[in-house]
Amino acid sequence: MTRPRAAARPVTIAVRKPKRRGGSHLVAHIILGGGGLLMAFPFVWQIIMSLSTNAEVQSVVPTFWPAELQWQNYAEVFDRMPFLAQLKTSVLLTVIRVVAQIVLCTMAGYAFARMRFRGRAVLLGVTLSILMVPSQVYLISQYQIVQGFGWLDTLIGIVAPGLFSAFGTFLMRTAFLNMPLELEEAARLDGANPFQIFWKIMLPLAKPSISVLAITTTLWSWNELLWPLVVSTYSETMPLSAGLATLVGDKNTDYPVMMAASLMAMAPVLILFILLQRRVIDGLASSGLK
Amino acid sequence: MTTSTTRIRSTRAKASSPRPGGAAARRDGFWPWLFVLPLLGGISLFFLWPIVQTFYYSFTEWGVFGGSTFTGVANYVRLFADPQLYSALGNTLLYTGIVLLGIPIAVYIASLLNTPGLRFASFYRVLFFLPYVAMPTAVAMVWRIIFNGDFGILNYVLSLVGIDGPYWTSTPGFAMLAVAIVGLWSSLGFSMIILAAGLKNIPPELYEAAELDGATPWRRFTSVTVPLLTPSIFFVLIITIISSFQLFDLLYALLGSANPVLPKSMSLVYFFYSQGFVSNDKGYAAAIAMVIFVIIGIVTVLQFRLQKRWVNND
Repeated sequence: MTRPRAAARPVTIAVRKPKRRGGSHLVAHIILGGGGLLMAFPFVWQIIMSLSTNAEVQSVVPTFWPAELQWQNYAEVFDRMPFLAQLKTSVLLTVIRVVAQIVLCTMAGYAFARMRFRGRAVLLGVTLSILMVPSQVYLISQYQIVQGFGWLDTLIGIVAPGLFSAFGTFLMRTAFLNMPLELEEAARLDGANPFQIFWKIMLPLAKPSISVLAITTTLWSWNELLWPLVVSTYSETMPLSAGLATLVGDKNTDYPVMMAASLMAMAPVLILFILLQRRVIDGLASSGLK
Repeated sequence: MTTSTTRIRSTRAKASSPRPGGAAARRDGFWPWLFVLPLLGGISLFFLWPIVQTFYYSFTEWGVFGGSTFTGVANYVRLFADPQLYSALGNTLLYTGIVLLGIPIAVYIASLLNTPGLRFASFYRVLFFLPYVAMPTAVAMVWRIIFNGDFGILNYVLSLVGIDGPYWTSTPGFAMLAVAIVGLWSSLGFSMIILAAGLKNIPPELYEAAELDGATPWRRFTSVTVPLLTPSIFFVLIITIISSFQLFDLLYALLGSANPVLPKSMSLVYFFYSQGFVSNDKGYAAAIAMVIFVIIGIVTVLQFRLQKRWVNND
């Protein structure tokens, strides 16, 4: 697509463009730079406030830079809330869900895309219909099921419903539908069984979609609030999202420590995003294309 | 792509057997079930059954010591007479309306980012996208400080231009506005990248043709970019509306569960949460959930109707 386009472009335009570009780029840089600063400002402000004293945070004329950097605010987070326990819950919750969704959704997605069995269309339709139902509709009942198993305030209780994803199944089915049939046929003729074909041939080809699934599940698991809030009542068993939210509910007014805690809670996902930014952005953007 | 593979498969299946379904079923045997049953088991237990159960619960009343009695449509009668429902619906619509203002901004930002040969484009992309990946409860904490009525930097900036800023998070109307500003800030990046991906699919020849015809940059934006971007704009519109209707995290974290302004600033989902898990009135909450379901269903149907009118799918 790109190559013929470049060749077809007349030389006159290529010569004319640079001059005009310089001017319009300046405007673009001003708008994007200004807008970008505005978008990033809360994060910058959060970092500054996390290193200030409480008095500096609460001064009516803002202190734009603390007189002395208060690094001990970060240490104090660990006294104020069970940060490590919550971090552990958040990490386990996210990892378990990502792994489970990849295994379950790729398998089901593959079967729905490439295998023939009785009731396939109905089962697929029923699974995908969940995508149209807002989560409140199943929340009360999920709570009761988890309560019935005695899983309230446990990791498995927070994790359980999120192991299964209709969205992930839809995503993986689409990925497998778009793959060429020839490879599968060749492997079948070589005597490979369906699981070997899936595992050795199709799964490696589905890597781009698997990474989209991993990204969306990570973001959602790490940041989600309502479900963990509902199934955990002790701050020791909560993930970070719910832990921070209840810290606010306690009318906590030690602002710098709260800033430090919230920065530390966001940091793992933000760092991961900045490291993998191209893949994350392109992956999420492709999920929006039909 | 999709249509061509399915066509290949159907011709192949026909060629190998007179009864395609039967032959294929024999070939795959128990394998498909091994692949789908783990997922279907979980989906049935944690999603399908709960949907049925919630529908039933919405017709029941829950006792203080557990146990429930069937009360017919009593919950719905009570709900439709409850001013809280209309206030929550109004707040949710207000929030959605303000967050939707981000879409034109996102179209403009995406088209700027798409300028050929623009330097630092990926850096700008990261800046705009950062709020979307950040944990809502964590960013809400710094926004609480920014919005603080006594020492917040927003009111300080407003005071520089002579405006006496309100107590944002504790004044009814302003509290929702504050939540919506944060909502717009955090969803802008997602709209932007979807739209930027859509822009990449517009052939540059069209811009060159428009340029040769003497179209100004603004004219090119309105006559080429926007019409050809309608499928992406439509997708972003749906996602934004549906996710705005789910407003909970930001509201909870920004206003705090003890905030006296909450009864007047609830979203639909917060209303559901407070009835079901704070007041423990689960039958009533189930009715609220069903109403949210129906509202979202209506909105989606309306949008797809409208799509036929103005989305350019060529």
